[in-house]
Amino acid sequence: MAKSLFQKVWDAHSVRQLANGQTQLLIGTHLIHEVTSPQAFGMLRDLGLPVAMPHRTFATVDHIVPTDQRSEPFSDPLADAMIKELRKNCAAHGITYFDLASGRQGIVHMVGPEQGITQPGTTIACGDSHTSTHGAFGAIALGIGTSQVRDVLATQTIALGPLKVRRINVEGQLRPGVYAKDVILHIIRTLGVNGGTGFAYEYAGAVFDRFSMEERMTVCNMSIEGGARVGYVNPDDTTFNYLKGRPYAPPAAAWESAVTRWRSMASDAGCHYDDVVTIQGAEIPPTVTWGINPGQGIAITETIPDPAKATAVDERASIEEALAYMKLRAGAPIQGTKIDVAFLGSCTNARLSDFKEVAKYLKGHRVAPGVKAIAVPGSQLVSQACAELGIDRVFREAGFEWREAGCSMCLAMNPDKLVGDQLCASSSNRNFKGRQGSPTGRTLLMSPLMVAAAAVAGSVADAREVFGVTQ
Amino acid sequence: MPLAKISTITGRGLPIPGNDIDTDRIIPARFLKAVTFDGLGEGLFYDARKAVPAGQVHPLDDPRYRGAAILLSGANFGCGSSREHAPQAIQKFGFKAVVAENYAEIFFGNSTTIGLACVSAERSDIARIAAAVETNPAVEITIDLSAREIRFGAEKVPLAMRDSARDALVNGRWDSIGELLDGREAVAATAARLPYLAAPHK
Repeated sequence: MAKSLFQKVWDAHSVRQLANGQTQLLIGTHLIHEVTSPQAFGMLRDLGLPVAMPHRTFATVDHIVPTDQRSEPFSDPLADAMIKELRKNCAAHGITYFDLASGRQGIVHMVGPEQGITQPGTTIACGDSHTSTHGAFGAIALGIGTSQVRDVLATQTIALGPLKVRRINVEGQLRPGVYAKDVILHIIRTLGVNGGTGFAYEYAGAVFDRFSMEERMTVCNMSIEGGARVGYVNPDDTTFNYLKGRPYAPPAAAWESAVTRWRSMASDAGCHYDDVVTIQGAEIPPTVTWGINPGQGIAITETIPDPAKATAVDERASIEEALAYMKLRAGAPIQGTKIDVAFLGSCTNARLSDFKEVAKYLKGHRVAPGVKAIAVPGSQLVSQACAELGIDRVFREAGFEWREAGCSMCLAMNPDKLVGDQLCASSSNRNFKGRQGSPTGRTLLMSPLMVAAAAVAGSVADAREVFGVTQ
Repeated sequence: MPLAKISTITGRGLPIPGNDIDTDRIIPARFLKAVTFDGLGEGLFYDARKAVPAGQVHPLDDPRYRGAAILLSGANFGCGSSREHAPQAIQKFGFKAVVAENYAEIFFGNSTTIGLACVSAERSDIARIAAAVETNPAVEITIDLSAREIRFGAEKVPLAMRDSARDALVNGRWDSIGELLDGREAVAATAARLPYLAAPHK
């Protein structure tokens, strides 16, 4: 019988049915970081249990690390205690830990793929909702809570009910100046922030076939913003070529058999989908959010929604709430909205291709006076690659601050924060109230090139015009 | 120690209206800078509580609702980050249950695992409960998972909850660690069929 990738991975990792009807699901790869693991290790200590599969557990530090002054102890004693706790726990349990000194530290969702730890047909769990990123490789990658981090540490399994599968085809071609970020913002705008509840999203179609792994990761990353627990792309040659030769990828002798196995995990033609949605790539505009959830997005050429024109009661209330918080005017064009901060980073958009693409256009431009612009590579390897290619210099010369790897201002658990009601053009994934560290701070989500355009113009701008993007 | 069987939850209500209330709002990220869950209750809806206009009071700071055990809210409650700190903060503040239209998936699972019951009800029914609570904050609300209904004053409305979660709460197996540990042999058998788990790592 034809099966989807989700079904195949689920079946291969199902251990048994639990008394409440859920499945005990084997987690092949466990990624951990400093924020959601210390309590889990504490619970493990209380239960007197060891880590079941330390060789399948990988750690790094990302949320709390400063991106400027990295010497230890950190100036924030709470952050310092967290990194020390992670080090201690990894050492005590024999867990591989990509620490600051390793040269391989970074946002956990970048480290897994870079190291070849993230592989097709596997299950991956991490105490972080953006674990869905790893689905780009054809893995079922689940964000979990701390009690489940404990469960995976202790048993290498979690209790979970099955998901439905929605296939999202993006056909045709994207227009110039439209990026993977626009694709996912458009999908969320179309299907809603809770449209994916109960679903795994399978992304497919010509646009995804052509996408690089980094572009696929950007889309899968924000599946959770559409309510979907996981998102994935079927593995293909693009996937295998990316993985070949990476430190934890199968060695040459085992490569062919691994590829054969991975290929067999892709969804079969004619398999059942609980829902199918098709979007034309050419209809996706450069998209920017204006509100307080990632579904509140519009094309760069559109005007800010007017609650008076809302059709549903709910819609009206949510527009009003968002406009009041965002201090934006209904009916005004989003273009020209003055910004204070430009943030290029996060597990959504801080990969080499993101910085490369922006650098291509940024050369010769300057960040507008009064705008604080920061570029934060997602990993030390990206940082190093940017340095080798001179990309960091392009950013610095344009007036960006070029920082060290971490989550940074996406959620501001480190010193990178908005101040007061600053408005930030951001390549990150969440525009929730207070998300970027100030209780009144405001976030507009957009693609990296749109962030750069806003930084240069000093206000929200159409990157296609600012940089003359034609292809 | 056996887990409590949670089949009925009784207490006073507290409405926090709105849809898409995300976990950053429930517990802002700066409260996650800790190696334990202790003291999280104080951070619950911290910024939202500080943001109320002068002369108004946030429900969590309203003395009329003091001691409430049941939080009432809207659709897609708990969306966003997977932080278990969110349900932990709700529970540590003193809540035993949430009544909302529906929930974001990870939040729902995290809540169930710590014995915080998240039940769903129709919007109009939640509005009726909230109206009753606003009129008389002392009105006793009973969430009856076995009878699948919420009773308040002389009224009752139906509730919905995923079978697996309802079963887990009612039968005292909401924290699955014990059962997962019991599956050790089956886990080893499944793992043995997956070549990548055996692969030596660098």
